[in-house]
Amino acid sequence: MAKNTGLNNLQESTDFLEVGIWRGDSSGGRLVTYQVPQQPSQTILDVVTWIQREQDPGLSYRFACRVGMCGSCAMMVNRIPRWTCRTHVQKVVQDNHLTIEPLRNLPVIKDLACDMSEFFAKWKQAEGQFKPRKAREDPIEQLLPDTPKRAAANAAIECINCAICYAACDVVSWNPAYLGPAALNRAWSLLNDERDSGQQSRLRAVASDAGCHNCHSHQNCAAYCPNELNPTASIAGLKRMASMAVIRGKL
Amino acid sequence: MLDTRLYLLQRISALIMAPLVLLHLGVMIVAIQGGLDSAEILSRTQGSLFWGGAYGLFVIAVSIHAAIGIRVVMFEWLSIQGIRLNLVSWLIFTVLLMMGARAVYAVVAL
Repeated sequence: MAKNTGLNNLQESTDFLEVGIWRGDSSGGRLVTYQVPQQPSQTILDVVTWIQREQDPGLSYRFACRVGMCGSCAMMVNRIPRWTCRTHVQKVVQDNHLTIEPLRNLPVIKDLACDMSEFFAKWKQAEGQFKPRKAREDPIEQLLPDTPKRAAANAAIECINCAICYAACDVVSWNPAYLGPAALNRAWSLLNDERDSGQQSRLRAVASDAGCHNCHSHQNCAAYCPNELNPTASIAGLKRMASMAVIRGKL
Repeated sequence: MLDTRLYLLQRISALIMAPLVLLHLGVMIVAIQGGLDSAEILSRTQGSLFWGGAYGLFVIAVSIHAAIGIRVVMFEWLSIQGIRLNLVSWLIFTVLLMMGARAVYAVVAL
């Protein structure tokens, strides 16, 4: 690991964190160590921002809302994918040390910023777009919140597309064509949406060679989802739905 | 790599295998209680439609189940893809089926 202290003789101080940040681009990179002063209620995003503002303006990373809504600041923290704006340093620091790397399973643009193109392309490939059954002039459809279909859709709907599940998924790392937990979870929420008209082609898309049947139910996605969604359960629902469609001759 | 039909085939073959394994183990445990040699076992299985059907069905289910399972492992861990993946999967299915059929024949044939 290369050292970039910025501040001298502070390595022994417990008031400072030793932070290894992955620096590089698509051709490769390495961990560079920084000394960062500890603050109360400090988040991982605070640490990265402090390094960029105080020690290395060339550090690239991505964030927007800083309150856990936009899903843009996810990174690997001590080898675990996390939303950095809502992850407190005190909860994840190990022996005063942090390692912060770009998300797994996605190509790196520079430093901590990943190229999300393939992640969102798969979202489209799984037909994650809402396709309304009714036109603007039609009366508004009544949706009862306690029907089983609506409950299943609601359980999957709070995804912020942070790609943490995608980074946590071993199947994605083995099978780059696999649609991944986020896209399949989105498809499941739409397949249970009674207002949507694209069910048949969406089911065909998620039951394809790269689709839901490749999931091994490891449940890493559910374990690390910051919004506590369960994409594994959604994918299991897709498997059941596709299997029944094949048995009934509708797929 | 794994579409709905292959997924279903693997689940259905598992559903067939599970009770047949229990039947096999149960009979083995019960049959040896009073002492039993291979000649006595063969005298009961040879010419038996029931045992020929049960073990024949088991061999077919195993060949399908294992070939699809190994197909996934070959794709994910060895990066074997496309036509090569299909060919190797069919080869594994065929070898398992032939070996199993030979064993069933040896136990059931008169």
